[in-house]
Amino acid sequence: MNEQLTPTGSAQSPAIELQPQTPELIPLEVASLVKRFGQVTAVDGISLVLNSGECLGLLGPNGAGKSTLIRCIVGRALAEAGRINVFGFAVGTSEAREALGWVPQELALYPRLTCRENLDAFGRYHGLAGSKLAQSVTWCLDWAALADRAGDLVRNLSGGMKRRLNMAAGIIHRPRVVLMDEPTVGVDPQSRNRIFEMIEALRAEGTAIIYTTHYMEEAERLCDRVAIIDHGRIVAQGTNRELIQSSFASRSQVMARFAGPSGEIAAWVERHQGRLVDGAAEFTIEQSTQIAGLLDDAAKAGLELVDVSLRRPNLESVFLHLTGRELRD
Amino acid sequence: MIVPIVRTALMALRRDRPALAMSFILPIAFFSIFAAIFGGQHNSTAKIKVIFVDEDRSRASLELEKGLEREDSLVISTRLPSKDKAAAPSDYTAATAEAAVKAGDAPVALIIPAGFGQNPISFGGNQTGPAIQLLSDASDMIAPQMVGGLLQKAAMTAMPAAMAEEGMKYTDQYVGGLTAEQRKTMDNNLDYLRNLETKDSSNIASSATSGSGSGGLVAVKARSVVGENKNGNMISFYAAAIGVMFLLFTSSNSAGSLLEEAESGTLDRVLSSRVTMTALLGGKLAFNTLLAFAQLVVMFLWAQACFKLDLFTHIPGFVVMGLCTAFAVAAFGMLLASICHTRAQLGALSTLVVLMMSSIGGSMFPRFLMPPAMQKAGLFTINAWAIDGFTKVFWRDLPVSELWPQVGVLLAVGIALFLIARRIARRWEYA
Repeated sequence: MNEQLTPTGSAQSPAIELQPQTPELIPLEVASLVKRFGQVTAVDGISLVLNSGECLGLLGPNGAGKSTLIRCIVGRALAEAGRINVFGFAVGTSEAREALGWVPQELALYPRLTCRENLDAFGRYHGLAGSKLAQSVTWCLDWAALADRAGDLVRNLSGGMKRRLNMAAGIIHRPRVVLMDEPTVGVDPQSRNRIFEMIEALRAEGTAIIYTTHYMEEAERLCDRVAIIDHGRIVAQGTNRELIQSSFASRSQVMARFAGPSGEIAAWVERHQGRLVDGAAEFTIEQSTQIAGLLDDAAKAGLELVDVSLRRPNLESVFLHLTGRELRD
Repeated sequence: MIVPIVRTALMALRRDRPALAMSFILPIAFFSIFAAIFGGQHNSTAKIKVIFVDEDRSRASLELEKGLEREDSLVISTRLPSKDKAAAPSDYTAATAEAAVKAGDAPVALIIPAGFGQNPISFGGNQTGPAIQLLSDASDMIAPQMVGGLLQKAAMTAMPAAMAEEGMKYTDQYVGGLTAEQRKTMDNNLDYLRNLETKDSSNIASSATSGSGSGGLVAVKARSVVGENKNGNMISFYAAAIGVMFLLFTSSNSAGSLLEEAESGTLDRVLSSRVTMTALLGGKLAFNTLLAFAQLVVMFLWAQACFKLDLFTHIPGFVVMGLCTAFAVAAFGMLLASICHTRAQLGALSTLVVLMMSSIGGSMFPRFLMPPAMQKAGLFTINAWAIDGFTKVFWRDLPVSELWPQVGVLLAVGIALFLIARRIARRWEYA
C-alpha cells in the first residue's frame, strides 16, 4: 500500500463518536424498502445487509434504482415503506447521520474554495471543530494524496483530483459506513487505480462500504459481495463465484466470428440457441467438447470461421444474463 | 446558412422561458410603470400639499388663500390633523407649520405675516410691507418653485382690487394724481371689483391663464427648513435609493448560490450532514444580510468621501436602517432563489421584480413627484420604506426612535419573506 494512504501520527483515524454498542450491531440493514416517484416504483422491496469491513457492490443498468437506494439510505429520499438501520439507529437520526458517509456521483464541492477549505467546511457541517477537525482534514488530504494541493482552488484541479477530493469530503467525519456512488466516473486509469487504493485503505480500517458502479472489473476487484439490481429489485446477490455459479453453473461461453452473408450467419446462430453480440456468435456450452461439434456444423453450413475463443463466465456475463442486453437510458 | 442559424436561435429562445419573459414582459412592465408615473392617463399629476398659515386675517390674505385653494395642483391645508377624532382640529401656526415641513408632512408651508394686508402687493418688487414666508423642504426642488409661481398667479387673479389700489398709488406718485371726478369713478370701480371678488371669484380665477414671473406682485421670502445646511443636497437620497436597488440585485444574486449548490449536488451533501434546511437558509440569510450591510457602508463612506455626505453624525440611525434594510433585501433574495429552479430563471425574475420595485418604490424617481396612486403603490416595496427611513436619518435629522415605522415594516417584511422562502425550500429537503 502506498505510504501516503496510511495516516500517520496524531492524524491517524480520528475516531467517530459513535461506536457500536455491541459487536453484533449490523453497520447497515435495509429491509423491504419501497420508494416510488409518482407511478414509477424506483425501489421495490429491496432488502440487504452490510457487514463490518465489507464492501458490497451494487450493479445495475441505468435507472435500475441504485442511486435512489443510496439516497434513501443517506436520508435524502423518504421511502414509502421499509426500514433502514445504521448500527441499529433509524436513518435520519443524528447517530445514523454521523455513522454514514456519502460520496455522491456529482462533484459536490465548492469550486471557489481550496481543497483544505472544502474539507474544513464539510467537517464543520458534521460538527467537527478544533484539533479534531484539523486532524481529520490532514488525514483526508493524505488519504486522497492531495496534501501538496491543499491550497489549490477546486476549480483548478484535474478531474481525478476532484474525484478524490469528492471522496475525501464524504468521509471527513470518519464514518463507519460509506456509500460511494460511481466514484470513478470520468477518470483516467491512473486516477482510478489511485481511488482503488484509497478504498482498499478504508476497508483495511474496517469501514463498511457500499459501492455502485457500471464497471464490472471494479466490482470484481473491490467488492466482497455484489448485488445486482434491476427494476428496483435485487435480482441476485452473493460473491462473484456464487453469482457465476448460480447463473451459469459449470457452463462456459464460446465466442466465434464467421465470414459470410450476415443473414445466413444470424440464421445459423439462432438454430444453435446462440446470440450475436457485436457481430460475434455467442454460445453457452456445458462441456468444451461441444465446441468441435459447433464448428463442424458451421463448416457444413458454409460459414467460414475467422476466430473462436472459449471463456469462463465473469461478472459481466452474469450482469448481462440477468438484466438483458436491451439499451437502458 | 443564415436561416438555419436563425431557426436554431428561435428554437432555443422558445424553450428559454426566462429569456422570453425578459424579451417581452420586462419592456411592457416598465412601459406601464413609467406611463403611470408620467403619462396623462390618470389625469392626476401629483398635487402639492401646502400648509397655509394666516397670521394676518386680512381681506387680502383671505383672498390669497381662496385663490390658492382654487388651484387644482395644490392641496391647501390650514389645520393640523387631529389625533383625537372627537376634538376639533386646531389651526397651523408658524411653528407647527415649520415642524410639519421638517417632518415631511408637506413639502411647502406659506406663512402670511401680520400686516401683509396693509400693503399686499407692489409693482417692481419694492415691497414695503412684511413678506410672505415660503418654508420648504430642499429635498423637493420642484414644489417650492410651483407654489411660488402659483402664489403670484393667485395674487394677480384673486386680488384685482388690491392691484387697482396699488395702480392708483403709482399713478399718484408718477403721473401727478387723479382729479376728484376721476378719483370718484375709480373708487366706484374698486367697489365693483371687491364685490366681484366676493361673488364670483371662481370666474376670475378660471379666466386667468398665467401667473406673474419672478420678482412678482407679492413679496415672498423663501427658506428651506430641511436640508438648508446639508452638503451635497440630494446625496443621501440617492445613496439610499440607488443603494437599495443594487442591494436587491446583489442579494438575489448571492442567494442564487443556493441554486448552484442544488444543481451541483453540494446541497444534498450539506443536508446529509448535521445541517438542516432551516439552518442552511438561516446561515445564508445572515451572510447576505451582512453582505448587504457592508455594501451600504461602503456606498455611504464613498458618499461621505466624495460628496460630503455627513455619515458620522448619523451613525446610530444609519446602522439601524442599514441592518433592517439589509435584512429585508436578503430575505427577498432568499425568496426569489427558493422560487426559481435555475440561475437563468433567477436572473430573469430578479431583474423584472427588482426594476419594478425600484421604479415604483422611488429608487429611480422620487416618490413625492409621482401621482398619489403610485405613491401608495410604492409602499408595497422595500425600496420605499428603506428610502423613507434613510431620508429621516440623513435629511430630517430625526432620532432613531422616529424610525419605528420603517424598522417595523422592514423587519416584518424580512421575516415574512424568509418564512415563505423556508416553506418553498421544502422541495429541496427530500425527494
